[in-house]
Amino acid sequence: MRRKCIQDRIFLICNTVLAILFLAVCFYPLWFILIASFSSPGMVSSGDVWIVPKGITLDGYQMMLGKSEIWRGYANTILYTVVGTLINLLFTITAGYALSRKTLPLRGAINIFFLVTMFINGGLIPTYLLMNSLHLVDTFAIMVLMGGVNVWNFIICRTFFETSIPVEVIEAAKIDGSSELKIFARIVLPLSKAILAVMTLFFAVGHWNGYYNALVYLRKESRYPLQLVLRNLLLTTKLSPEASDSGMDQLLNLQSMKYGVIVVASVPVLILYPFIQKHFVKGVMVGAIKG
Amino acid sequence: MKEGKSVRLPKKSLKTRMRQHWQLYLILAPAVIYLLIFNYAPLYGLIIAFKDYKPYLGYLDSPFVGFDNFIRFFNSNKFGQVLPNTVILSFYSLLASFPFPIILALCLNYIPSLRFKKLVQNITYAPYFISTVVLVSMLSIFFSQSGGLVNNIREAMGLERILYMGNPEAFRHMYVWSGVWQTVGWSSIIYFASLANVDESLHEAAIVDGATILQRIRYIDLPTIKPVIVTLFILNTGKLMSIGFEKAYLMQNSLNMEASEIISTYVYKIGLLSQQYSYSTAIDLFNALINLILIFSVNAISRKLSETSIW
Repeated sequence: MRRKCIQDRIFLICNTVLAILFLAVCFYPLWFILIASFSSPGMVSSGDVWIVPKGITLDGYQMMLGKSEIWRGYANTILYTVVGTLINLLFTITAGYALSRKTLPLRGAINIFFLVTMFINGGLIPTYLLMNSLHLVDTFAIMVLMGGVNVWNFIICRTFFETSIPVEVIEAAKIDGSSELKIFARIVLPLSKAILAVMTLFFAVGHWNGYYNALVYLRKESRYPLQLVLRNLLLTTKLSPEASDSGMDQLLNLQSMKYGVIVVASVPVLILYPFIQKHFVKGVMVGAIKG
Repeated sequence: MKEGKSVRLPKKSLKTRMRQHWQLYLILAPAVIYLLIFNYAPLYGLIIAFKDYKPYLGYLDSPFVGFDNFIRFFNSNKFGQVLPNTVILSFYSLLASFPFPIILALCLNYIPSLRFKKLVQNITYAPYFISTVVLVSMLSIFFSQSGGLVNNIREAMGLERILYMGNPEAFRHMYVWSGVWQTVGWSSIIYFASLANVDESLHEAAIVDGATILQRIRYIDLPTIKPVIVTLFILNTGKLMSIGFEKAYLMQNSLNMEASEIISTYVYKIGLLSQQYSYSTAIDLFNALINLILIFSVNAISRKLSETSIW
């Protein structure tokens, strides 16, 4: 079986080179930010820092400690992420399960009711005006409620339940006299750890990384999530009112701080992900099976 | 058992069957109520696209203006700017980001060492988890005119330093290729997993017949994952016109505006910042319609050409 012709050998060599190229291109920018955060800002901007940190210093991180808005943003983001993800899971998992049950009357119609929202929505202004009239603008609630039902993830859940929970198990439990709620809580959920993990990751990353809802719906700076704080700090070229108070001093501080800020903002997600990474393929593949 | 069921079912009325399932409806209720409030109720607000909406008059009493808002947009000089910008950015993005995940998946599929394969996978997935704010900050760091990596290299090569972030010509390339960088690994998962489903006996037979790896890729792997490729292409086309507000808005500045102003950023600015509610809703609606037409036509074309469609 192991006969290899020259062409295949050449192919495998090229293939390895290509893989290393993919690896390097994806890895290096992340690595650079990390080493730059520990290096002296002068050496970074003069182009002396390439592979390892030079002029090692923790000044950037130290300066960050004094920036209260970063830590307030951090606290806000953690809160939005935890509560928001719980709400997402509550809505999405339950709906996915209920609609995975083939015996449910009106199943088809309710499915369409969900799917339509993927293609048709009110858009920015009508949604904003409605939220405004519900007095949800600039509240904690809007930050955890927006995007509460994600139809794409709902499809992934539904497909998972359809394909991974044997109908016989549910039927057997019913014959034993278990109620639907009991079946869901005691039998289905414990069998669904993989999808729960993937959904938690998808939702949590979405909350952690998003800034759009905050930009549209929040006014008070004390409620800003981390990403919006970062945007105002790092991308000050915006001629926005929030950025106008940044003087020259702040810009200089920023130079030495920005790498550290990026690292601190990204680390929680990058730490979370190796734990859940083995479930990725499952989550993505389940979603790929037609909705 | 199945037959018994289909005979029994018609006897029960819909009402009885629904009552039997009330607990399932109960757990379904939160999501349905949520969608009614957050997704369906705003649809009513779309009528302001056809009105001259005044907040103190409300949706109903604001004067009806027909298609005036749309006509105003088509006649404005912004139309000739934001529509081409959106279309070009979308298509460039779609075309550039489509082949690389497939190439990466094929590449991974022929790496003999399992550990190396895992390493490449894990590292290439990582950029997907970086936020847009961080991504754009990284762009502005690497492409900064003073001391940015790219300009340092240019200088070492004897070229002049360029202000990339404020360059309309550079905007699209930076937007698109940073997107490729961020999503190539993540998007490859699905192709990689489909490649694992390729019938192993086909490969064995091909090897016996003396086929090279390239021939096996061309005649076995690609045909097998073709439905996945087509499906994803349709789905991505459907997202064409909803191309990211988040990144474009962050990358925007007064210098690159001629290339970076797209429909979504324009709607945000005139809608929320200048509060021209009716006008911006009309533009948004126009955009959504193009989107719908796009996804339906691509789906129809693909059903004709390849018998693969998403519905």
